[in-house]
Amino acid sequence: MIAQHMPIIQIILPLMAAPVCLIIRHPHVVWIWAVAISLLCLPISVSLLMQVMDTGTIVYELGGWAAPWGIEYRIDTLNAFVLVIVSAIGAVVMPYARRSVEKEIPVSRIYIFYSMMLLCQTGLMGIAITGDAFNLFVFLEISSLSSYVLISFGTDRRALTAAYRYLIMGTIGATFYIIGVGFMYSATGSLNIHDLSTLIPEMAGSRTVQAALAFLTVGLGLKVALFPLHMWLPNAYTYAPSAVTVFLAATATKVAVYALIRVTYTIFGTVDFLDIVPARDLLMGMALIAMFVGSAVAIYQVNIKRMLAYSSVAQIGYMILGLSFDTVNGVAAGIIHLFNHAMMKGGLFMVLGAVMYRIGSVHLHDMAGLGKKMPLTMAAFVGGGLSLIGVPLTVGFVSKWYLIQAALEKGWWPVAALIVVSSLMAVIYVWRVVEVIYMKPAGQAAENATEAPMSLLIPTWVLIGAAVYFGIDATTTVDVAVAAAEALLGGAR
Amino acid sequence: MKQKIILRVISKFLIPYILLFALYVQWHGDFGPGGGFQAGVIFAAGFILYAIIFGVDTVRVVIPAVVTRLLLVFGVLLYSGVGVAGIILGGNYLDYNVLAHEPTHGQHYGILLVELGVGITVASAMITIFCTFAGRGPEDPEEEV
Repeated sequence: MIAQHMPIIQIILPLMAAPVCLIIRHPHVVWIWAVAISLLCLPISVSLLMQVMDTGTIVYELGGWAAPWGIEYRIDTLNAFVLVIVSAIGAVVMPYARRSVEKEIPVSRIYIFYSMMLLCQTGLMGIAITGDAFNLFVFLEISSLSSYVLISFGTDRRALTAAYRYLIMGTIGATFYIIGVGFMYSATGSLNIHDLSTLIPEMAGSRTVQAALAFLTVGLGLKVALFPLHMWLPNAYTYAPSAVTVFLAATATKVAVYALIRVTYTIFGTVDFLDIVPARDLLMGMALIAMFVGSAVAIYQVNIKRMLAYSSVAQIGYMILGLSFDTVNGVAAGIIHLFNHAMMKGGLFMVLGAVMYRIGSVHLHDMAGLGKKMPLTMAAFVGGGLSLIGVPLTVGFVSKWYLIQAALEKGWWPVAALIVVSSLMAVIYVWRVVEVIYMKPAGQAAENATEAPMSLLIPTWVLIGAAVYFGIDATTTVDVAVAAAEALLGGAR
Repeated sequence: MKQKIILRVISKFLIPYILLFALYVQWHGDFGPGGGFQAGVIFAAGFILYAIIFGVDTVRVVIPAVVTRLLLVFGVLLYSGVGVAGIILGGNYLDYNVLAHEPTHGQHYGILLVELGVGITVASAMITIFCTFAGRGPEDPEEEV
């Protein structure tokens, strides 16, 4: 009986656990509670993925109302994969959060922090699981509102402006999304994504539907932080508490990319874009610019958290680039990178969280000489950095390999060349940090630094280790991603 | 505004009716216009009027922060708990039909309880938001919520 209700349990577990945090209030007990819930979410999502891979799409009707009238949760390979990413990151971040949060957030507010983390996870998983366009908006708001709160917990006062800026931009994004949904509803009378995918193609010529596509793309583009809509991201990631940066960097933009995939490939999948608007060409152009601008700006950052944030802008470019190819391999490459980037960026931000914990700063010159003081932590940074560049035997290589293959398959060798060149830019910004932490003598800040505590090190190495493991044995991720891409494009043509 | 006798008397006179009207909107919501959200806002309006006239500290004596916090949580859990009850009784999440022997009765109970959850949470959220903003002096940034 339970197995049948797995989809809804995945969501209501963290949803109901979040308000309970407000009753518990004791910082340590709340942490144990949040860890327990996040650890429970992971096996549920893994079992959902396995079930989907075995038996195909799972449909769960809320309240027993049949779609398209009721809300349904519709889980195919792609959803299930995104659910696994979010719940896995949640399960790693929650144990990590305790030490980091104790240091960065006033004790009296820790219970709100965990409540918000659980809500944010609920929202992100909800976006991934739901089969209803309006329900997706509701979950988008749950995740966004809680992430504004989480960012504003940052110790630096600039965290407040960063959160406010994200609030304004995120609200515009969500509003554009809901306007798009409204247009689709007025044209088709349906809010169910699966239903829309059959109704929209007949009305592709309608201005309303075209305007809907424009609003949806821009709205989700803001949430994805696709260049030039990425301006909220660097400050939000830089000034948020370390654990929040890890969680958001590894999940929030990924889930937004997922939503964009849903819109462009499921809802508008069968519409021939080139006849109407060159939406995918536009996405490709923006993705290429993002890859270069993101990497170029990253090279000049002295705050390493900010450097990684700009690197995220570039990495999001790779994902969107994969999607814009409109081929199975391209979309699969985008989905693979979704997973891979979550692991490596999560791991890298965890390293910075550990540095913040020990020396209270993540500025480049403060980190001089840390290679000797915190060898294990810094080794993790090197591992993550290599993955960011795309060195063989890391996940970054796998993503870029498939991305370049997809580009060559279309005969777009200049695009392939651009991917290689932008990866070389990653070498520059990663090397800058590696040089300072290993070759420079320890400065004042790093003088008395010692190795990070185990509770920070283990989660970091779990993610970095996963980044290496899935780099060597990529069959699982590639199989899932290809299956998801085939399902997306197969239905279409 | 404590010295304005007309405001004090009239508001004291009105507040019971505001609360009563909120309850009417709450319980009549499934037959007529209304429902949990509207009722919650009207109910909170009674408390907010009291806070405006007699001060935030006075309203916090009537309904302390700990109470609004518990009610906030209770409302959400009541709503989702009704959904879980649906699962336990053999239906899907939020399936009201299985809540009673007759599906129509089940529908009735389900919507009443869910709307009650909405009403409680909305009312306590409104009161909390108002008190947090109104009561926030430069000296005490921490307390509330």
